[in-house]
Amino acid sequence: MRGRRWRVVVLVLAAVYFLVPLLSAAEFSLRTPGGGYGVGNYLAIVTDEVLFTSLLTSLQIAVFTAVLVLVLVVPTAVWVRLRFPSVAGLLESATILPIVVPPVVMAAGIAFVQANLGGPVFRALFASSATALTPFYVVLALPFAYRAVDNGLAAIPLRTLVEAARNLGSSLASALLRVVLPAIRSAVLGAAFLTLALVLGEIVIARILLYTDTFPIAVVEVGRSAAGVSVALSLASLVFTWVLLLLVSFAGGRRSRKASS
Amino acid sequence: MSELLEAPAAPPDRVRPTRSWGAALGLLPFVGYLVVFLGGPLFFVISGALSTPEGQPTLDNLVASVTSPQYQAAFVSSLVLSAVTALVGAVFGAFLAQAVLTGRRDGPLQRIVSTASGVLAYFGGVPLAFAFIAALGQTGLATAFLRGVGVDLYGLGFRIDSLTGLGLTYVYFQVPLMVILITPALEGLLPQWREAAENLGASAWAYWRHVALPVLAPAFGGATLVLFGNAFAAYATALALTSGSIPLLPTAIASALSGNVLANQQNVGLALGFDMVVVIAVVMVGYLVLQRRAARWSAR
Amino acid sequence: MTSTADAPVATERGVAVEFRELRRSYGNTHALDGLSLALRPGELLALLGPSGCGKTTALRLLAGFDTPTSGEVLIGGRDVTGVPAAKRDTGMVFQAYSLFPTMTAAENVAFGLRMRKVGPAERKRRADELLQVVGLGERGGSYPHEMSGGQQQRVALARALAVSPSVLLLDEPLSALDARVRVQLRDEIRRVQLAEGITTLFVTHDQSEALAVADRVAVLNAGKLEQVGTPQEVYAHPATPFVAEFVGTTNHVPVADGRITPGGETRQVRPEGLAVGVPDGLAATVLTSTFLGPVTRLVLTTEVGELVVDATSRPGLPAIGDPTRSPWPRSDSRTQIQRLAGNGLRPPRESLE
Repeated sequence: MRGRRWRVVVLVLAAVYFLVPLLSAAEFSLRTPGGGYGVGNYLAIVTDEVLFTSLLTSLQIAVFTAVLVLVLVVPTAVWVRLRFPSVAGLLESATILPIVVPPVVMAAGIAFVQANLGGPVFRALFASSATALTPFYVVLALPFAYRAVDNGLAAIPLRTLVEAARNLGSSLASALLRVVLPAIRSAVLGAAFLTLALVLGEIVIARILLYTDTFPIAVVEVGRSAAGVSVALSLASLVFTWVLLLLVSFAGGRRSRKASS
Repeated sequence: MSELLEAPAAPPDRVRPTRSWGAALGLLPFVGYLVVFLGGPLFFVISGALSTPEGQPTLDNLVASVTSPQYQAAFVSSLVLSAVTALVGAVFGAFLAQAVLTGRRDGPLQRIVSTASGVLAYFGGVPLAFAFIAALGQTGLATAFLRGVGVDLYGLGFRIDSLTGLGLTYVYFQVPLMVILITPALEGLLPQWREAAENLGASAWAYWRHVALPVLAPAFGGATLVLFGNAFAAYATALALTSGSIPLLPTAIASALSGNVLANQQNVGLALGFDMVVVIAVVMVGYLVLQRRAARWSAR
Repeated sequence: MTSTADAPVATERGVAVEFRELRRSYGNTHALDGLSLALRPGELLALLGPSGCGKTTALRLLAGFDTPTSGEVLIGGRDVTGVPAAKRDTGMVFQAYSLFPTMTAAENVAFGLRMRKVGPAERKRRADELLQVVGLGERGGSYPHEMSGGQQQRVALARALAVSPSVLLLDEPLSALDARVRVQLRDEIRRVQLAEGITTLFVTHDQSEALAVADRVAVLNAGKLEQVGTPQEVYAHPATPFVAEFVGTTNHVPVADGRITPGGETRQVRPEGLAVGVPDGLAATVLTSTFLGPVTRLVLTTEVGELVVDATSRPGLPAIGDPTRSPWPRSDSRTQIQRLAGNGLRPPRESLE
């Protein structure tokens, strides 16, 4: 009871700090040229063909990235927990790297490759924004995806599940696919939606490599002439991914509660 | 960088070497991916920094990157901005995480904060800058509200495109990152430690001072270092908010890369990138040391 | 090891503790439902019961980590119900992992004294002294993660005793340890407790542990006190069917004329109260046989149901599946449980056949 007061202060402060900019942006995005309020800016996503195409491009990148991230992260996280727990700390540190390595530095290195190295492999890699950006967005998405999946694994009796499945005659791969993956589905979805959040916001690498057909870049570009549309769409994509994550969180919670009772 | 990523030799006990090599092999896809797609670009940054545009080895770029007053200023303001926002973000983020954890387990508050942290940690660039301009710009809503209650921010010298304004904006993605990083450590504080301390006559403050904070210190330090690196790496937000009026390392790199003023600029840009990598390497070594220490104290 | 005195000698250190009509409810569930219990000065009382019976709640109410819905807690005759945990003057040993990980063993032990503003020299002296007492005089500089579970619990015991508390609280302190270490530390705790003469509440779900160390055992079920008495009383004269079932193993045997007779009067008999190989007994078949060292536990099927018999381990005991002559109650009444007056004891379990 004694500790209640500081808690309220911190939560109120956080609510003010985090909500005021969002609400201010929301207010701005709802303004209409005439001086009133309306949702016109939000409708640009369906009326403006460039924006709409860019959204499709980015969603495509997001899907590719999420799949690749999960293919890398899930088996590795399972493997570390089952067979190689001694490197767990080191691997977690490795996943910190993409947070601290500046995207602009990464982009500089990639740009160097793009400009100076030829050959069919590189030509294929840099042929479109999807092929060029996906591999590097995977790197950027790893830190949080790894954490999300690893937290999911920590919550299930992983070793028992896998050993039981293998004891019943399934291969390691099918034990992963049929037993482990369903058990951590909310963590996996969480990781996928975090990846979506990343892809819908990343502009540094895309801009330096001159792939300007992605959604976040198109949103910034449209902002030069119509700031309201730009703000509206950024806000919408932020809220959209957050709501997805929240739904996953609540759905996952209900499931586990049912399972435990 | 790649040394950090290499799997270590087999753990000394319990596991037979052959099995461990097999186990290490299982990490190959993940580690290999990082080496190629993160290590690769870094390699070209470093090699580019150490050579002339014609490909001859040289240290001139590096010398230029640390002696030019323009870049020195960028270095200083980047370091200050990163350090201050890392500290502020770490302290406030830790308080927020603890405030959320002391609530109902898996309650709505915990779910909202943990999911929002994931999204907001990636929130940056133009949208974030714009949200702050909409709130705290000259004609922002919060500015107007504060003026209404008698606080004239701009009269007091505040500018959203100043270093202070930029710092205030950076905290917006620093705090969520801290919440994500520190929550596991806070959850690792066992309830019986608090009860044992209380039972032995410790006040709540004495418990935090003598028991909880020493346990948390390595994790807190490590998370703060990551926050530092995170701010140090941020680029799009600064550019959008200040249009480059405040010199920062990432903006200096970007303009050097796209610059066509001087022939050597590209490689100087890479040299600046190299400087950043050095700072990041120092940060990572510190992080690893602290992480090892934190692992030693975790009870189970 | 176990003191058999009905009233342990009160020492100077010992302080009486009393629970009065203690109730603790969480919503509609009653963790404690009117518990009244008194600890005599200097005695070790084991609070025994299955998980969820309220024993830990009682201990936490005594420590001050929880507040009762109604009722009082008295330490040394003083009502401490509203006194915060930090001021209750109790010393507590937790289940496991309660040592402060960033402090050495000696620093852990000295922590309570530090909180009481005792000077460094005196703190060190007292910490060394107590580590000696628990047999860890050499390990003062070790960190918890460098010690075994048993050693950690010894340090925890020393830490709890360092502040010379008026009451020692033990919350299942042995449950996380290996069987061997458990017995060792159990005897160690009893030795130290007797030496210090400190009133002690020992919470456990393990009846053998409770019977082995306690002056008196209080059996708790569903938030209510079932029986309190010496280990011998509780074992030989269970006050309720629950106690009979929970403490030790019990056979429900129909007896007439001192022999097992179908349709006879139901008696409760401990496994060691029955014998096998008695020439003119009932026919029985060995269902399982478990070697326990000095005794072998046999489960027999007979026409009066399954019976559990502890026979002295010796060559020639019947093996699984062997027919044998029926068990026979020993005349020695010590091993027979006194029949409960006028209540409906549960009938013998159905035979498997």
